[in-house]
Amino acid sequence: MNNYLYYPGCSLKGTGIQYEKSLLACLKALDINVEELPDWNCCGATSYMSVNEKSAFGMAARNISIAEREGKDVLAPCSACYMVLNKAVHYANEYPDLKCSLKKAMNAVNMDFDGNKQEIIHPLHMMVYQYGLENIEAKVTNPLKGMKIFPYYGCLIARPQARYDDATYPVSMDMLMGTLGADVVDHTLKTRCCGGTITGTISEVGLRMVYILLKEAKKKGAEAIATICPLCQFNLEAYQKKVEKVYNEKFDIPVLYFTQLLGLALGLDEKCLGFGHQIISPRKLLTKNQPL
Amino acid sequence: MIPAFEEPRIGVYVCDCGTNIASKLHVPEVVDYASTLPNVTIAKEYKYMCADPGQLMIKKDIREHNLNRVVVASCSPHLHESTFRKATLDGGQNPYLFHMANIREHVSWVTSDIDDATNKAKAIVSGAVYRVAYHESLEPQKVDVRPEVLVVGGGIAGITAALTIGNSGKKVYLVEKESTLGGHMAKFDKTFPTLDCASCILTPKMTSVKNHPNIEIITFAEVSEVSGFVGNFHIKVKKRPRYVIEDECIGCYACVEQCVYKVPKFLSEFDEGIGLRKPVYIPFPQAVPNYAVIDPETCIEFKSNKCKKTCVTACNEVAGRDAIDFNQKEEIIELDAGAIIVSTGFKAFNPDVMPQYGHTRYENVYTSLEVERLVNSAGPTGGEVILKDGSKPESVGIIHCVGSRDKNHNKWCSKVCCMYSLKLAHLIKERTGAEVYNFYIDMRTPGKGYEEFYEKLLEEGTHFIRGKVAEVTDWAITPQEEGKLVIRAEDTLIGTVRRIPVDMVVLAVGLEPGKDAGDIRRIFNMSCSEEGWFLERHPKLAPVSTFTDGVFIAGACQGPKDIPESVAQAQAASAEAMCLIDKGFIELEPNVAVIDETRCSGCHVCLGLCPYTAITYNKEKEVAVINEALCKGCGTCVGACPSKAINQRLFRDEQIFAELEGLLLV
Amino acid sequence: MIDLSRKVKYQEELDKNFLSEMESIDGGENLRNCIQCGTCSGICPMSIYMDIPPRKIIAMVKEGFKEEVLTSFTIWLCASCYACSVHCPEQIQITDIMYALKRKAIEEKVYPKRFPIPILSREFFKMVIKRGRNSEFRLIIKVWLKVSIAKMLSMTSLGWDLIRTKRLSLRSDRIKNHKELAIIMKNLNGTS
Repeated sequence: MNNYLYYPGCSLKGTGIQYEKSLLACLKALDINVEELPDWNCCGATSYMSVNEKSAFGMAARNISIAEREGKDVLAPCSACYMVLNKAVHYANEYPDLKCSLKKAMNAVNMDFDGNKQEIIHPLHMMVYQYGLENIEAKVTNPLKGMKIFPYYGCLIARPQARYDDATYPVSMDMLMGTLGADVVDHTLKTRCCGGTITGTISEVGLRMVYILLKEAKKKGAEAIATICPLCQFNLEAYQKKVEKVYNEKFDIPVLYFTQLLGLALGLDEKCLGFGHQIISPRKLLTKNQPL
Repeated sequence: MIPAFEEPRIGVYVCDCGTNIASKLHVPEVVDYASTLPNVTIAKEYKYMCADPGQLMIKKDIREHNLNRVVVASCSPHLHESTFRKATLDGGQNPYLFHMANIREHVSWVTSDIDDATNKAKAIVSGAVYRVAYHESLEPQKVDVRPEVLVVGGGIAGITAALTIGNSGKKVYLVEKESTLGGHMAKFDKTFPTLDCASCILTPKMTSVKNHPNIEIITFAEVSEVSGFVGNFHIKVKKRPRYVIEDECIGCYACVEQCVYKVPKFLSEFDEGIGLRKPVYIPFPQAVPNYAVIDPETCIEFKSNKCKKTCVTACNEVAGRDAIDFNQKEEIIELDAGAIIVSTGFKAFNPDVMPQYGHTRYENVYTSLEVERLVNSAGPTGGEVILKDGSKPESVGIIHCVGSRDKNHNKWCSKVCCMYSLKLAHLIKERTGAEVYNFYIDMRTPGKGYEEFYEKLLEEGTHFIRGKVAEVTDWAITPQEEGKLVIRAEDTLIGTVRRIPVDMVVLAVGLEPGKDAGDIRRIFNMSCSEEGWFLERHPKLAPVSTFTDGVFIAGACQGPKDIPESVAQAQAASAEAMCLIDKGFIELEPNVAVIDETRCSGCHVCLGLCPYTAITYNKEKEVAVINEALCKGCGTCVGACPSKAINQRLFRDEQIFAELEGLLLV
Repeated sequence: MIDLSRKVKYQEELDKNFLSEMESIDGGENLRNCIQCGTCSGICPMSIYMDIPPRKIIAMVKEGFKEEVLTSFTIWLCASCYACSVHCPEQIQITDIMYALKRKAIEEKVYPKRFPIPILSREFFKMVIKRGRNSEFRLIIKVWLKVSIAKMLSMTSLGWDLIRTKRLSLRSDRIKNHKELAIIMKNLNGTS
């Protein structure tokens, strides 16, 4: 079980670079072997489905076929990639015609598509439900000392298939953060959409989505927001200053990836956790959480 | 092919059924063909065989032509087999010498080509003629019926049934799982649409039951086993120990008051977890029977054996009795009854599986049953509708369809929730003066006086917002929403999304089959529908009978319904039960399986296969024995017997082979 | 001035085939079961910005109000967060229907000029089908060049933040087997 393929998706190589750095560092510390999915292609995210349904599934199917050929389960840290790949599998199972077309297309390039041979799992679920919280706890050397964390899941890890967690009120990241020693802030906006691609395109609407989340985090006294999706992290952090300007309110809340916090608790070096890539500086937090 | 003992003289009648059959096949051709078949004495065509002249024709022909077999080729035996059997009997022959050929549902209604249909009809008639030659005279079996009735479940349906049957002079056993009768109705404050006080109309009935000379109440008990058959059921009832001797207890409350727990500490089941009770308790003041109960999970004496037992002292000194018995054991009571009425009620949907409504997260989100206990004047708050901190709510949201009409949970409509939501809206407004908002998908108020009740609520100024609530949260956008529960829903009629901050949320939870409905129906050998409700014999024409003769159902266990309907069904089930009992005997169809003891090898194959547990093993004779009263003639054992020792009356091998021979002739 | 245009819809103006088109997509099966409860609009975080709330879109699809639906902003404002599909009591996959409506609108070219979202989708599509991966930076430039240069310039401070934190990658990757991808796409779209 400790051998996975790693599917970064386009974001983790670009604006989500610190997610990749911290995730790979944590996996190494937990003795989990990963190898990047060979010659992976973009999953298509949400934009593909808006243009051509068959091609969208085809994009996902190629990656799944490669994973099946390699014979290993896939870690998909970007929630959108995670959702798209699993949706392709689920719909192929539900609609035999689709499965047929995908099989035929993959056969045309000497590959096969089944969909049920390997699991595509989000690293959060893998750590909590497969690796196990007790095993993580055993490796924690620098607990988060009551850091107030606002766990924000975003929508695509919980929906449309709620396999490991409830679709509106998930708890896996809460449990993980609790194990790491954080003081987890409870709230009802765990899976409320951050705006996704709307934030960049129709900014008035998207900024308000971000504003609502930041406001609740501030109200509950959060010191940091923990995220699991590069688009959510981007929206909540990169647009934070704009939101402050538009709504005339100060937030200054660092938005970190859960793997960065995990890495911190595991006692990993700050440099390999990508804290230098943060727009809103987490310096205050890190000084507070110096290793013992 | 022709049986040697008697020469059959068969009368064949082919019905036109108006144009139903006559327009889809050539009836005269079928008649002509029939008259050429062996042993056919006469063959006739008639427009409506089921009408009086048709039946008269059969009776006349039997006498005139000395017929000893009759075949009618018409519709389904389901409809008129009994009609023609009676005609045959009236004509002077045994009714089982009649056989019906279905050329309507099996031919004219399903075949488009008229010649194909004619040929098929010929084949079916031919099969029937060949078969009926092998029919023999049979007598229906008469079985005596015991005069007692068992009613399972002491809610309003069970109470009604017990009273109706008790009043007719018959003995009734009323078995109830809880320590008191009353069911869900005992928990309500007022009932819709008249706003009658539930206790005021229920408790006189409960008292009548208690005082009734013909009704024996067995509470804190469940039926554990039922054996036997219609008219002769043998029932085992498991009675849990309440640790109080029922004959001694007078319900004076002395033990409760003197319990070492000065203040009630444990969640009261009767109060839906809103109120508290002590380890020794009486569920509510008007409980019938009015005996105390001790809960072994919370009573100190059971845990440590070192309690001062002030309850015993109180019983001795105040009541002058010794009613408490910590050593009381479970009791098995055995009963016999002729008919059983199952009225075990329903369970309310648990909204904890819908985290978006916040029932577990927010303390001021209540289910409707919890609110019933709040508004009930004998409830934990004395009828005051208050929030958990003791203050009165200024705004209340009532959410309809929680768990109902939802493919993610229960896809049916629970029928009563719209009405009880209106009732709660009225009561809450009356007690608190709060702004009340009802969020609904459709307003379902059929029933006498129900639409008028809705109008009354409209006149009171209740806000009706048509839109299923998406979520209840505490995150606030405007200052007014701070500290409140915000309900977000689309007001579909006005056409805008609304956020309404309220102090209290009431979830109108739906009804579902009881928690142990699956176990109960197996004990009584009943089927259930896809959703789990006990299955009635026919949804329109037999709503209170089941497919097991002698077992009837009434009330919410058959499907969600309100009190007037539950009472009506209970009375209907009582009538059906009494119909069975008053006659004193029942006649069972003779198409049962019969074992030839000389061929039976005692291999036991048939015993496990019988779905009606009609077969037992006789150890002395070393053969299987079929109880003809239980046998339904399904044929499973007949087919399975490796020694060919079992044959079925009316479906003998000779009869079936003859029918096949006839069918294949055409 | 009061708008005195006649607000009545005649049967001839409706498209009878619209419903069957939409319910034939994967995920559109339960469209007819909509009881118009409004849960979707109630849970949708974007519904307060939409000109036609999701519930109304479904009602309009059922009745054939094709023009209104395809020219609405609603279908573009959908962030595809799946909240509606998960909560719908009839288990209608509303998000999939929204995607289908987006595709139909792009196919029939009925969206406002310079509207960023369909332009983003199309540019994303073109880039990925050629290279197998997308370069966020190049995508943004391409989109805003087509929509509004002024808007793009207003994002310079964001751009600077990304540059200084080394999150703006100028690489433009291409997968090794991009020809393989082209074959797969051709095969799926029936032109191999």
